[in-house]
Amino acid sequence: MNESCGRIVDVNEIKEAVKELAMNITSNIPKGIINALEQASISEESPIGKEIICRILENHKIAREEDVPACQDTGVAMVFVEIGQNVKLEGGDLYDAINEGVRQGYIQGYLRKSVVTDPLFERVNTGDNTPAVIYSDIVPGNNIKVTLAAKGGGAENMSGLIMLPPAAGVQGVKEFVIDLVRKAGPNPCPPIVVGIGIGGTFDRVALLAKKAVLREVGSYNAHPKYAQLERELLEGINALGIGPQGFGGRITALAVNIEFAPCHIASLPVACNLNCHAGSYGSIVL
Amino acid sequence: MAIINISTPLTDDDIISLRAGDNIKISGTLYTARDAAHKRLVDLIKKGKDLPMDIKGQIIYYVGPAPEKPGQVIGSAGPTTSYRMDPYAPILMEHGLKGMIGKGSRSMDVRDAMVKYKAVYFAAIGGAGALLAKCVKESEIIAYEDLGPEAIRKLTVEAFPVTVVNDIYGNDLYEEGIKKYNIEQIN
Repeated sequence: MNESCGRIVDVNEIKEAVKELAMNITSNIPKGIINALEQASISEESPIGKEIICRILENHKIAREEDVPACQDTGVAMVFVEIGQNVKLEGGDLYDAINEGVRQGYIQGYLRKSVVTDPLFERVNTGDNTPAVIYSDIVPGNNIKVTLAAKGGGAENMSGLIMLPPAAGVQGVKEFVIDLVRKAGPNPCPPIVVGIGIGGTFDRVALLAKKAVLREVGSYNAHPKYAQLERELLEGINALGIGPQGFGGRITALAVNIEFAPCHIASLPVACNLNCHAGSYGSIVL
Repeated sequence: MAIINISTPLTDDDIISLRAGDNIKISGTLYTARDAAHKRLVDLIKKGKDLPMDIKGQIIYYVGPAPEKPGQVIGSAGPTTSYRMDPYAPILMEHGLKGMIGKGSRSMDVRDAMVKYKAVYFAAIGGAGALLAKCVKESEIIAYEDLGPEAIRKLTVEAFPVTVVNDIYGNDLYEEGIKKYNIEQIN
């Protein structure tokens, strides 16, 4: 291959990657979440909470062993593609290929189709879970990383965003997040994972929160102050007493993940995106 | 933890005996319905028409199951969040509905209707759809097939595990649980 031409990738390979991910991620809950649930089954003090966590672990084991979705809500398909800038795509339209991968994966994987045509008037199920929500980034290198998240509606509905004044500071962020989780109560299927975006703009902060909620459970922000805030928020959320499924207990959240970005001198955007204990996501590098 | 076994249809005696926090195993019939099916059911009631099923003494399960794989009775089938059905629930209780299974808090209107019409609200474990599907022995679509996962199904279940959240005495397990375990620092 001529070096200056870079690497050529057929979009069909991306379609196949999306399909493979769709057929795997809803039955294989990520190891980070399983580890956190196992830890929670020991540390939870409420008897009913402990029993619920054990049943959730049993559920996730059945899902894995029998190759069935852990949760019937197999979500909206969110696809993140990071394309190395030396790659040239051929073989058709990238977004068509991604949607075809979603269509084939959701049908052949017996996953629930949960997308409606328009949000307000018709609300007719599209029947194949398309269109996907697609984000593409150009990154250095020759690789393509495809990430699929099957994002369920229950926890998504409890998410929120606020444009704080900078003077609100750390305390303002904490109050917003803890109050949001308090109000969500039992609705997002606790124990939950809390993804927080801080900074950027109105739109970017929501994407940061999404990326945070999809970050591996058990990982911490590389910046020590944000990692410390993750720990403090987890402690604050677990002091609420909501507990597994909201029946009362110590473990309301398994993890708090924060992602941050520079922002305007006048702004302190904060977004909080929730995910349940059946988080379904994974990546393939081509 | 003690487990109480009940079977459908539910009688007033069944309902009177249940308390928030009780762990229950249900056997018998559950009807599935979520947002779109509820809207259609309530539209029928408002027009004075018959429903596709008799809801007297019955339980509605808020669920949109995953499609069944070959050999399965039903795909994964855990509860969806209940508050979205709050606008429709009281009128169904007025017409004889005795139980609802879902997850998450109900509005005060729904809780008042449960006291008034003697009905209970149960929670099943959200996100445990693979486990819960194993309790479903038969599944048949009886209405609104065009709604896909939101069609109304008649399920036959055995020992389907739920917890009573709201009873007819005004108790709420979510409120009681949080009171017991909240350790927030009051500034």
